[in-house]
Amino acid sequence: MTEAQFPAHLQYTAEHEWIDGSNPAVIGITATAAEALGDIVYLELPEVGAEVTAGSVIGEVESTKSVSELFSPVTGTVVEVNQAAIDDPAVVNSDPYTDGWLFKVDVQETGDLLTPDQYAAHVGN
Amino acid sequence: MTDQPTDQPTDAPTDGQTDRHSPLHDEHVALGANLTSFGGWLMALRYTSDLAEHRAVREAAGLFDLSHMGEIEVAGPQAAAALDHALVGNLTAVTPGRARYTMICQEDGAVLDDLVVYRLGEERFLVVANAGNAELVARELVTRAAGFDATVTDQGAATALVAVQGPRAEQIVAGLTDAADVAAAQAVRDLKYYAAVPLVLRTDAGPVDALVARTGYTGEDGFELFVPAGRAADLWRTVLAAGAPLGLVPAGLSARDSLRLEAGMPLYGHELDTTTTPYEAGLGRVVKLDKTDDDGAPLEFVGRAALAARRASAPARVLVGLKGLGRRPARAGYAVVIPDGEPGGAVGESARRIGTVTSGAPSPTLGHPIAMAYVTPELSAEGTELAVDVRGRAEPVVVVPLPFYRRPQQS
Repeated sequence: MTEAQFPAHLQYTAEHEWIDGSNPAVIGITATAAEALGDIVYLELPEVGAEVTAGSVIGEVESTKSVSELFSPVTGTVVEVNQAAIDDPAVVNSDPYTDGWLFKVDVQETGDLLTPDQYAAHVGN
Repeated sequence: MTDQPTDQPTDAPTDGQTDRHSPLHDEHVALGANLTSFGGWLMALRYTSDLAEHRAVREAAGLFDLSHMGEIEVAGPQAAAALDHALVGNLTAVTPGRARYTMICQEDGAVLDDLVVYRLGEERFLVVANAGNAELVARELVTRAAGFDATVTDQGAATALVAVQGPRAEQIVAGLTDAADVAAAQAVRDLKYYAAVPLVLRTDAGPVDALVARTGYTGEDGFELFVPAGRAADLWRTVLAAGAPLGLVPAGLSARDSLRLEAGMPLYGHELDTTTTPYEAGLGRVVKLDKTDDDGAPLEFVGRAALAARRASAPARVLVGLKGLGRRPARAGYAVVIPDGEPGGAVGESARRIGTVTSGAPSPTLGHPIAMAYVTPELSAEGTELAVDVRGRAEPVVVVPLPFYRRPQQS
């Protein structure tokens, strides 16, 4: 297993999403989550224009073995989704923090976010 | 062969703290495996990627640790008669050196476990049970063999089992025999499907006595190698090194599950359990109601009366294959419904539930979701369009014949 990384410039949720500090904010799932799921084969992401609420379920990430709900770390409006990841979800396994991003939100309000250290502690690293 | 501690696995869910370790545990850790609790054991779920391991088995070869499976030896002058009474199959009819897929049922016909039984000699059999059922099967065999001149010995702790599966398995396993022993390599190549032969295999730490069986659970050609637990790591490392140039990779239980699902093979706890007889599962052929004793009289075996009655009546549900037409796979436990409304739309209030998915996954080989499900018989015909309630949405599926996948050039 590769050592899970928690990039310092990101914030995290207890549900294993990451969010960067830009606006619109880029959101994805952590390497820890991708690794636990195994090979990701299907992504269901919110539509562009959808209003999302921090902490609510807005999609799902499905692997060969299991399926996980995707939570929004923030409240706001979805402005873009990663069509390339929908077409080839394997990129979420290979590059969860870069090419494997999932969606972008025009943020009105953030939910409960964790620092990299807090998230590392949360996942027991 | 040293005795191992005899703490037995149970069927109860475990917290992961009390799981038994395979004799290959250190190998899995060294390979960086993602470990999972399965049947009371801590086993490798995957080493790198479920899909890569699955594809390696379809295209080249995979190496599996199956040491969690139970091995129970039944030996003695009446070993065959004892098994004929204990199991639904006709073990007396099995030639030494051959194996049978069979089941052990309750008096009411319910499946306690599905088994592979190897006849090692005229008076010696090896019963291979599922990990979570091994203790129960061993206990039942002791009970059911009482009164027969046969002894039942649980060899599970002393035995390791590794499987080499895939189109290159024959080449790899033949290569494990001593280079000077041409007959042994030929014995591997000549071994028939569902046959087994004792052979000496070479390891980097010296030769090991193995039972080499041409059996498996992947839909590919392959071999299962039974060796003393203390020698498992030697064999494992030798196979990995010898097989790597041919594309062999270690493969975990995740790939094993997707491979057996494509091959339409049942998994105990999913397609088979104590609410099921072999008939619902489409496996009535394993029940030998016409077994006779030495005098030609019908042979009574545990569950016979219930199974005979069950065969004579129409099944309440049948096991079918479902091909997913959308992208979201059905999973075990999901409801099969009669479609109403748009495919992929919300499952309507009025959607009638007509069955339950027992196993489901995206098929790595076929590229679409597949599932096995129990459905009502009148909606089980090939081509019937149904839907599965995938977390509130009706995903369209169609009934297809099992298996989903057949390997090219069946030998």
